[in-house]
Amino acid sequence: MQATSHSFKQNAHQALGNANLQKALNLMRAGFPAKRAAVIAKLPEFEALREQGKAIKNHVLENLDFYLEAFERNVVARGGHVHWCRTPQEARETVLAICRRLEAKTVTKGKSMIAEEIALNDHLAQNGITPIETDLGEYIIQIRNEYPSHIIAPAIHLVKEQIAQSFRETHTHLDPARLLEEAPTLVAEARTILRQKFLSADVGITGANFCIAETGSTIIVTNEGNGDLTQTLTKAHIALASLEKIVPTLEDASTLLRLLARSATGQEFSTYTTVSTGPRRPEDTDGPGEFHVVFLDNGRTAMLGTEFQDMLRCIRCGACMNHCPVYATVGGHAYGWVYPGPMGAVLTPTLVGVDEAGHLPNASTFCGKCESVCPMKIPLPKLMRHWREREFEKQLSPATYRYGLKFWAFFATRPSLYRLFAGLGARLLGVMGGSRGRFRSLPLAGGWTQGRDMPAPEGRTFHSLWAERRRAGKAA
Amino acid sequence: MSDARDQILGSIRRALKRGALDAAQAAPLEQRLSDPQRNLIPARAAARDHAGQVDLFIAMAGEVQTTVTRVADPAAVPAAVADYLAQQNLPARLVMTPDPQLDDIPWDEQRLLEIRRGRAEDNDAAGVTACFAGIAETGTLMLTSGPASPTRNNFLPDTHIVVMRGNQVVATYEDGWTRLRAQPRHADGAWAMPRTVNFITGPSRTGDIEQRIELGAHGPRRLHIVLIEDGGTSS
Repeated sequence: MQATSHSFKQNAHQALGNANLQKALNLMRAGFPAKRAAVIAKLPEFEALREQGKAIKNHVLENLDFYLEAFERNVVARGGHVHWCRTPQEARETVLAICRRLEAKTVTKGKSMIAEEIALNDHLAQNGITPIETDLGEYIIQIRNEYPSHIIAPAIHLVKEQIAQSFRETHTHLDPARLLEEAPTLVAEARTILRQKFLSADVGITGANFCIAETGSTIIVTNEGNGDLTQTLTKAHIALASLEKIVPTLEDASTLLRLLARSATGQEFSTYTTVSTGPRRPEDTDGPGEFHVVFLDNGRTAMLGTEFQDMLRCIRCGACMNHCPVYATVGGHAYGWVYPGPMGAVLTPTLVGVDEAGHLPNASTFCGKCESVCPMKIPLPKLMRHWREREFEKQLSPATYRYGLKFWAFFATRPSLYRLFAGLGARLLGVMGGSRGRFRSLPLAGGWTQGRDMPAPEGRTFHSLWAERRRAGKAA
Repeated sequence: MSDARDQILGSIRRALKRGALDAAQAAPLEQRLSDPQRNLIPARAAARDHAGQVDLFIAMAGEVQTTVTRVADPAAVPAAVADYLAQQNLPARLVMTPDPQLDDIPWDEQRLLEIRRGRAEDNDAAGVTACFAGIAETGTLMLTSGPASPTRNNFLPDTHIVVMRGNQVVATYEDGWTRLRAQPRHADGAWAMPRTVNFITGPSRTGDIEQRIELGAHGPRRLHIVLIEDGGTSS
């Protein structure tokens, strides 16, 4: 998909005025964080598991080549295939070639962020193959021609009335007078329609939460069971994965699985955790005839060995966005590409370039909540700061911002000048603020004062108060 | 696309500032894969005796809307299944996997139960399967695919009834892997991972519409376990 991350400011502005979106975001604020907190309170070992999960992923990253090759050997030993793709284009071509060889007409899809990243649906459709999203949220946004606004809850930006309207517009073979206003009827309608798609599809494509080097297995985690029907009822199962999804053993995966659902949806365990190894065995009566794992690099190897390596621990739980005040205010679409929220603010500039996505690392209050809830302890605020530094170095930030910083730096590195001018400034603003003690507008800060008043300083600086207290302290 | 493979592995090694691992460097990693070690195991289930684990399994299953009936022995299973279907106002018609684990149950004694053994199809409203294990820590069923246990039977019928033995309850996922690794091995010495291992924790659900949980998204709307106590405390 075409990124619109450069328009973050306009996107965010529109999001604030979108009543349906704000209603949906209010539901999220009340939902995920409380559920996560409740389920974690029931597992005293959670913190220790986080440390172990982080260590497992760090170990994999330090030995990524070894584990990828071991994984490949074991996939092949069980009759499967591994495809290595450097770019989205290579990955799209690989998937298309498999589908063409199997003369596929329709393809069912489980939720896959890699599929979003490589814009697979458009490519398949352009080549005469119909992709059908089967995760309910993904199906809803597919028929609305949108992209996900959240990595685990793709349609979280919508309210049920919007979904009902889209169903009416799409499922035109059904009685237009049918009742469709409540969630159970919407779920039932989607279930009936998608069941037929599962039964008639030729190829099933899923993502992979983990790839197990020990056994050559891929693991998917869902609540609906759509990924299972996708991979069980078709001629071939294609699992799309980025390189860093590798985990050494099933024991390691079990540790990470204890973190994933709790962090993501606040469940003890997701409804379906499915471990897939190779194609169906000769004596089996169902299962896919072929098993393919398509690995995508697309910038991951370039993050290894850099200050962004920590980001490769991400297990895509979405906790960072569920707890982010910026995400909760503007929603996922404002971020303009596949990955929103704090993890997206770090990942997107890597994958589409800091010139396109430089606004995203700035869309943060640096409250630190994302890092504190991240099951992999990724220092997201620090990584966003790295991007800000790079953006500054590349002179991509606006001139006023850069000169402003240089102006400030000039004084900040000269303490006596800083104190002198800060004292003068504070007194001046204090007088100008007058009896109201507030400014309705300020030159150079129009954006800030548009939504709120600026409190006037009370005439003293922090430095002078501090010095006074120290003197008083010594005297006492 | 071996070019891409070489290039990807090459850029990983460059980023890590080293070449491919030599035999001595790879040895501990090979060991890690061939002899998997457990990480931290939560005490919740592991610290209980087997009877406590069975109780925990049932309690955790209940939290995710799985229902459980405990019966004393295999002879009581058909009546328990028929009762459950009647309570739910469902027809007494079932598709049942050809799993030998279900063979010692006297199904014929429930004459009203109409049972077809084989692979589930779209119009099968209710199905019975066996399972491989029950994981106490989260009330999770572990099912493995095979000629006698097709995966689709776990997903297509609207009502999934699982017959489980008490001695199939284990504490943790890791205990499930240990049991699976003890199965007969492949000719090449690799342990016999089935095509599919399904961990199932409750009936299918979705929260994709306004985050309200609705059951029965694509898989079963109802998940019911008939737990045979017989032999259930020896493991």
